[in-house]
Amino acid sequence: MTTTTPATSFGPNSYEGTLERYDAVLGLETHVELGTATKLFCGCSTVFGAEPNTQVCPVCLGLPGSLPVTNAKAIDYTVRIGLALNCSIASWCRFARKNYFYPDMPKNYQVSQYDEPLCVDGYLDVPVPGRAETYRVLIERVHLEEDTGKSLHVGGATGRIHGATHSLVDYNRAGIPLVEIVTRPLVGTGPDAAAIARAYVTELRDLLRGLGVSDVRMEQGSLRCDVNVSLMPRGSSEFGTRSETKNVNSLRSVERAVRFEVERQGAVLDAGDRVVQETRHFHEDSGTTSSGRSKEEAQDYRYFPEPDLVPLAPDAAWVEQLRAELPEPPGAQRARFAEANGFATLDIEQMTNAGVLDLVAETIAAGAPPAKARGWWLGYLVGRANEAGVEASELAITAAQVARISALEDDGTLTNKLARQVADAVIAGEGEPDAVIDAHGWKVAGEDELVAAVDAAIAGQPDAAEKVRGGNQGAVGPLVGAVMKATGGSADAKRARELILERLTG
Amino acid sequence: MAASETSISRGDVAHLARLARIAMTDAELDHLAEQLGVILGAVARVQEVAAQEIPPTSHAVPLTNVFRVDEPRPSLSAEDALAGAPAAEDGRFRVPQILGEPQ
Amino acid sequence: MSGSDRPADTADLVRLTAAQTAAAIAAGDVSAVEVAEAHLDRIAAVDDKVHAFLHVDRDGALAQAKRVDAGEVRGPLAGVPLALKDVIVTKGVPTTAGSRILEGWRPPYDATIVDRMRAAGIVVLGKTNMDEFAMGSSTEHSAYGPTHNPWDLGRTPGGSGGGSSAAVASYQAPLGIGTDTGGSIRQPAAVTGTVGAKPTYGGVSRYGLIAFSSSLDQAGPCARTVLDAALLHAVIGGHDPLDSTSIDAPVPDIVTAARSAEVVGLRIGVVSQFKGDGYQPGVLARFDEAVAALEKLGAEIVEVSCPHFDYALPAYYLIAPSEASSNLARYDAMRYGLRVGDDGAAGAEEVMAATRDAGFGDEVKRRIILGTYALSAGYYDAYYGQAQKVRTLIARDFAAAFEQVDVLVSPTTPTTAFSLGERVDDPMAMYLADLCTIPSNLYGGPALSVPCGLSPDDGLPVGFQVMAPVQADERMYRVAAAVEVALGTDRILEGAPTL
Ligand SMILES: [Mg+2]
Ligand SMILES: [Zn+2]
Repeated sequence: MTTTTPATSFGPNSYEGTLERYDAVLGLETHVELGTATKLFCGCSTVFGAEPNTQVCPVCLGLPGSLPVTNAKAIDYTVRIGLALNCSIASWCRFARKNYFYPDMPKNYQVSQYDEPLCVDGYLDVPVPGRAETYRVLIERVHLEEDTGKSLHVGGATGRIHGATHSLVDYNRAGIPLVEIVTRPLVGTGPDAAAIARAYVTELRDLLRGLGVSDVRMEQGSLRCDVNVSLMPRGSSEFGTRSETKNVNSLRSVERAVRFEVERQGAVLDAGDRVVQETRHFHEDSGTTSSGRSKEEAQDYRYFPEPDLVPLAPDAAWVEQLRAELPEPPGAQRARFAEANGFATLDIEQMTNAGVLDLVAETIAAGAPPAKARGWWLGYLVGRANEAGVEASELAITAAQVARISALEDDGTLTNKLARQVADAVIAGEGEPDAVIDAHGWKVAGEDELVAAVDAAIAGQPDAAEKVRGGNQGAVGPLVGAVMKATGGSADAKRARELILERLTG
Repeated sequence: MAASETSISRGDVAHLARLARIAMTDAELDHLAEQLGVILGAVARVQEVAAQEIPPTSHAVPLTNVFRVDEPRPSLSAEDALAGAPAAEDGRFRVPQILGEPQ
Repeated sequence: MSGSDRPADTADLVRLTAAQTAAAIAAGDVSAVEVAEAHLDRIAAVDDKVHAFLHVDRDGALAQAKRVDAGEVRGPLAGVPLALKDVIVTKGVPTTAGSRILEGWRPPYDATIVDRMRAAGIVVLGKTNMDEFAMGSSTEHSAYGPTHNPWDLGRTPGGSGGGSSAAVASYQAPLGIGTDTGGSIRQPAAVTGTVGAKPTYGGVSRYGLIAFSSSLDQAGPCARTVLDAALLHAVIGGHDPLDSTSIDAPVPDIVTAARSAEVVGLRIGVVSQFKGDGYQPGVLARFDEAVAALEKLGAEIVEVSCPHFDYALPAYYLIAPSEASSNLARYDAMRYGLRVGDDGAAGAEEVMAATRDAGFGDEVKRRIILGTYALSAGYYDAYYGQAQKVRTLIARDFAAAFEQVDVLVSPTTPTTAFSLGERVDDPMAMYLADLCTIPSNLYGGPALSVPCGLSPDDGLPVGFQVMAPVQADERMYRVAAAVEVALGTDRILEGAPTL
């Protein structure tokens, strides 16, 4: 993994410098929207992006008299997540009401779980960049709860809550099942605190995706993270006061939020001040956090067992059946994949971080040699995705199409440059690779065409030709360029160079 | 129920009223503090019985595992959903400015 | 009913029982529209004195009556008019729960029991008055003014469902729906000389019942006879997949039980806790007579002690307000109902607080604050937690009692109807009205009140309560029918003053 600041020459107040004097303690709370067809307690659809307030009913609007009925699939998914995270599954537990007022919460209580979560005491082993051993993140609890609606803040600057004159609320999201996964404090992370936080969320995301329980799209908010950070003097075992940074919604932001909080709290402590226990907001643009609601006025959620829902008592045999159905965990899957395709650990790390591991695997499955598949994604398509501001998986090109383009390049039908042009055209929606090639008449220039272009280039640039004749091989470049230009890029540049040298020095 | 008074201050009631989102005048708070003292004194009798080992009852009839299949059912139309709203705008519920942060 | 039994004029239609009314309609002796109109006329004639109704749905009632007359719906209660407590939501028809905060709200859906009644051909005349959010025992805590007891307009009809019981008692409807959280069906029934039953918790769907205390609330029938109550209970009862706490089992055969009134060999337990100080002598006298009558009919009478019933009232006044404080949080001026103080400058939080201050009455505020206290950090274990343990002890008392006896009996209320204004500013005195009815709510079992005569000291009706085990609702109908037959109390309302 690459870090956002150079690893060399850091000052005492830098992230690295701070972690030489303090140990960071992290806590991660992750909310995952489950991929059920309907909401947690009613039959409204969960499809993302519908017109506002068209996926609501008396239950999820909290209308007087309405009552919740639990979606069986949400329980199924939560238990699968708990099992995949090596948790114990409660044999009996209840939902609880968490009472607080907020306009996007229709009943002014959230149906959640409090002291009786469905899954407890698990762990997740995560690979840490640069470390041979995985880091074991202990999971305290996994529980199920309902999501809130969404507010649009109007009248202020850029939709922010501050300065708004009023808000407009859409309850389509209200009642979508959310699984909350809470870690125990992550200790002993040393200089890798931020990297481990990111690695944990990445691993969790891959695990959830493998389970098929969520589309885990951080950019759509179906995976959201709260990051708790505190510092204590190195070697101490007494935790410091923590900050809770809410809604950190990309892998990169998780890492940046930890780095920023480590630096900020280090400076506070160095100055002899106290870290305030508070929630903080993360700002994507600057990578900084700012103070939110202070916890001074302690919340009192008045939890009590939800009387409108009956207790859950997962049948032991059913739980064992779900356990037997668990897919291979991401770590084991990656090891097997690396072994089978001759990838090094670093390759796997790079592909994982770039979010293309699955795509490379699919491209290999579609017939591409592993190194080519990796090269196509990491070496070209990830760059295209970055330019477009999307995930590589969102590019409009399939693994099979990439494999086909790669094969055409390998058999000499396309030069590398042409192959990339074909890929771009596929992404632009021009159709299958072969159709694109036909439509554009793209193919590698034949020997005759090439020879003609070489002769023309030599004739057109007598000065350059003379230099090459005189032994200056560097002067061959402009001549090759002229050939490429004349053939519309379809020439094999290496062969063109050979021909030029043959003509002028042979 | 025998009523022995439990002391509860205006400040206590003001805190509870804030938690419950009910604006109250000082006179209301005072009156309620007095009444709550009496009521709490009476209901505190529950502390006389029910030893440690007695399990609490949250549900009258002991059912478990009541579920619904994950199949969509018709939602309300946005028009019906918004029909009772004190204010609506652009298909959404219009609410006064929200000052606090979400939890 | 044969043609010769046909009432001489339509005013007499309102005096028929529900069973008689349905039979007359089925036989073609009278049309459902005529029956509905007779009741609408009666409402027009007397309800300005009683104030049982908050909203009369004349058009809806006549439309449903026409469906019955067209033969679109049949059934044992087809065409029978009903007074619906305003805590049950009705699509497009105003539903307030007796509160200012819901004034003008027209729900976009029907409660399950409303669907079932419509399918059964029952004609809902309108929505009846109640203590706000069903919190109260006199209907004086309605935001829309009190209901008056037809026996004495200066007295309360009990509560919270005083509107439905008063409507039934004053012949404005042969049937009513009430909801019972701590006695809100049975106590009004007792003080208005009518029958009211709280079914087993989970026996009747709560979907569409505006929640007061979710773990205690139960809808049930109000009627002038035990059979009518059973017929209505059979229509509204049974499993509802929209209510997670609904019992997935057939409704016990309550109609057969109500018709049989057979108590030979039945063991009846008299609860020893419910007598003595605080009980009106006339109430105890009539109660004892009813017990004696049951013994004479062949029942075995046993005195049973339920020691934890003494703690039922305090436990109830922690559990119900706690749940209410959460259930009523949704009335916040954001999505429906009243909004106060939205001047463009005030924040959502302020508007919520101002609206809840303006929209809730004193009793509702009192209970919300009490419940907020009982659930709050540091007090939960001592109050709410402890109350839930008492709930366990009360259920154990019932279980132990039902080892010895088939049903338990007691007076429904310690006194007859009290005067308007007498207890409205004394919450503790008001709460005592539910002393005998609360244990069954905490336990979850069914309980019913049937008239057992008029108290000799004030000439007002006295209620006899029968409590049965969970899912043994038929037993209480059997015993209540026996009381009714033995004492002739199905005709008790004939002794009420003419309005
Ligand atoms: Mg949560
Ligand atoms: Zn819904």
